[in-house]
Amino acid sequence: MAMDNTFEIRDLRVSVEGKEILKGVSLTIRKGEIHALMGPNGSGKSTLSMALMGHPLYSVTNGTALYKGLDVLGLPPDERARQGLFLAFQYPQTIPGLTVSSFLRMAVSARRGLLVRANGDARPDGPRRPGQDLLPVKEFLRELKEKMAALKLDSSFMSRHLNDGFSGGEKKRVEILQMALLNPEFAILDETDSGLDIDALKVVAEGVNRLTGPNMGVLLITHYQRLLDYIKPHVVHVLMDGRIVRTGGPELARELEAQGYEGFRPSADGGEATHATPA
Amino acid sequence: MQPLPSDLEAVKSLYKEKYGFSDAEDYVFKARKGLDERGVAEISHLKNEAPWLREYRLKALHVFAKKRMPNWGGDLSAIDFNNVYYYIRPSERSEDNWEDVPEYIKNTFDRLGIPEAEKKGLLGGVGAQYESEVVYHSLQEQWTKQGVLFLDPDSALRDHADLFRRWFGKVIPVADNKFAALNSAVFSGGSFIYVPPGVKVTVPLQAYFRINAKNMGQFERTLIIADRGSDVHYVEGCTAPVYSSDSLHSAVVELVALEGAHIRYTTIQNWSNNVYNLVTKRALAHAGAFVEWVDCNLGSKVTMKYPSVYMVGAGARAEILSLAFAADGQHQDAGGKVVHAAPDTRSTIVSKSISKGRGKTTYRGLVKVERGAERAKSHVQCDALLLDPESVSETFPYIENEEDRATLTHEATVSKVGEDQLFYLMSRGLPQVHAMNLIVRGFAESIVKEMPMEYAVEMNRLIEIQMEGAVG
Ligand SMILES: Nc1ncnc2c1ncn2[C@@H]1O[C@H](COP(=O)(O)OP(=O)(O)O)[C@@H](O)[C@H]1O
Ligand SMILES: [Mg+2]
Repeated sequence: MAMDNTFEIRDLRVSVEGKEILKGVSLTIRKGEIHALMGPNGSGKSTLSMALMGHPLYSVTNGTALYKGLDVLGLPPDERARQGLFLAFQYPQTIPGLTVSSFLRMAVSARRGLLVRANGDARPDGPRRPGQDLLPVKEFLRELKEKMAALKLDSSFMSRHLNDGFSGGEKKRVEILQMALLNPEFAILDETDSGLDIDALKVVAEGVNRLTGPNMGVLLITHYQRLLDYIKPHVVHVLMDGRIVRTGGPELARELEAQGYEGFRPSADGGEATHATPA
Repeated sequence: MQPLPSDLEAVKSLYKEKYGFSDAEDYVFKARKGLDERGVAEISHLKNEAPWLREYRLKALHVFAKKRMPNWGGDLSAIDFNNVYYYIRPSERSEDNWEDVPEYIKNTFDRLGIPEAEKKGLLGGVGAQYESEVVYHSLQEQWTKQGVLFLDPDSALRDHADLFRRWFGKVIPVADNKFAALNSAVFSGGSFIYVPPGVKVTVPLQAYFRINAKNMGQFERTLIIADRGSDVHYVEGCTAPVYSSDSLHSAVVELVALEGAHIRYTTIQNWSNNVYNLVTKRALAHAGAFVEWVDCNLGSKVTMKYPSVYMVGAGARAEILSLAFAADGQHQDAGGKVVHAAPDTRSTIVSKSISKGRGKTTYRGLVKVERGAERAKSHVQCDALLLDPESVSETFPYIENEEDRATLTHEATVSKVGEDQLFYLMSRGLPQVHAMNLIVRGFAESIVKEMPMEYAVEMNRLIEIQMEGAVG
């Protein structure tokens, strides 16, 4: 029985278009912990994040993801989000014509249970005037401006269309802005560092560090050690070919940086993950 | 920032409350169904019209009878011209005091929120048409003082006969098409606007059209003359109750923008899905004039509407923004037409269409550049969004160019609501319906943002109503 303060993934298998990508992944994140998930391109990191968030293309063939005593894998993605799960996408989508502020006001209202109840039912108290189910504009804008300033996002972004024409770095900062507003309990950050120059990386890392704390668990997916200079993980996992092949402390990341991933490859028979130290 | 209507359930029940109701019929006069000389003469007689107009109507009736139905566009085969009421007079006269409007009509428009916006000072003037007649009309003193006229056609014919006759039927002649001929024979109601030289009407003038009776035909006629250097924005809205039998709406709208004038004409059409909506809209733009159509078509059974601008003077400009939403069982055949008949004329047509279920949208447009229209420039952009696998969209962009020194560009896109986009929004806690709504609203945004704020809000709400049931 999972506790309220853990997110427990057990033996997760995920296929995409009939091909098995995750071949039994287990990991447990407690609130207050930052876990780094590292692995070469194509090892299945994004597949894990998409499956946990509930993208319909990623079919879960086995396993559970327990959170608040609930297997989130059985919930639609919007309900997972309202329950406090968050994913900062590796490749955020563009929505032409939808302003950042309109979108975020609705999203925040949803997360705070104004738009729909957490379980997805329409609000129970009968028909209401449109707009009444949203956070009041003033209150929302005050909060939005404050969070944008913290991420060094110009306030003109509020009226820009979601990710439309944004640079890579701007997209990533807007992902973290969403995280800041939605205040998740468990956040997955999928290569939030990629495409960022060093200054942008610092801003984003500071943003993440401000948000995390005893009430949030984080799965930090990254390809490089670089991000971990700014966000200190408690635990590091190495994912290869759809399996976690090593779990360790922060030193594991430095080891990877020095040795590369090759030595971590699991044995060809596909058996247990090897825990052998590279030569 | 705009308020964001979002609770679908609330919107649905608001809509039923707001538009879907009907009144018991309590009319001063209701013509019998069908169309013949006697009926047409009767309309003219009831309106105390001058002989020239009576003759005009009768001639138009003959043209209508001779003209064939269009063999393109929407399926009109189910229209039974003998099963239509061509004229219903709900009250004795048009009132300029809201209190004097018959109680039940007043209630209808109160429910539709019509006098409210006027009270708030958001509008310069208001007209409200119920069935065949304008039951209420007003224009703020600020504008009457400057010589602006905003009247129903009957009043205009009575008090400004010369001005009316000088322009009436000049932009759209009787024989233009079958439905223009029909309107010319039986027209009743609509708006007449004249803006004197140099006068800039800074707040919109609004007209609201309501069909109430079953099998009703509404044939309003609108004529707007913007004199040299003047400026006017006219907004019209339409609704009808939901009946199982069909209604016919066939308006004719003529605009004249004299030298340097600017007319913007915004339509928010929200007919119930039993209405055939066959409207002819055309503008003349003289030298340096600028005409804009912002034409939003929601609802109806079949809509065929192609607002057009004839740029007859050097440097004239045209902009046509067309937004169409075809829900299940509906066909929106819409678009625009621009004719460059003078040098240095510029035009833009932007069409955005959304098809849902088995709904069908057609963009049909013509860009015509006449010889001598040197340096004419035109850009056409058509974007279609399909919400369901069985949704249909088609595009017919016609070009007739006789001028080598013209620059014509055209772009078209067809897209589906992407699974990844939907997932992205849902991953932020938005239920699928809301996520879908935001994507559609975003798609329509470039047109909706051209509307005055109150209308933009209304428009977004109407889109949500159309989206009802769009997703699982
Ligand atoms: N949407 C998708 N469609 C098809 N294949 C996919 C999709 N997402 C992931 N895959 C496949 O799954 C494997 C793992 O990809 P991914 O999870 O993106 O790896 P990583 O994030 O570690 O680079 C790759 O072979 C990739 O081609
Ligand atoms: Mg990835």
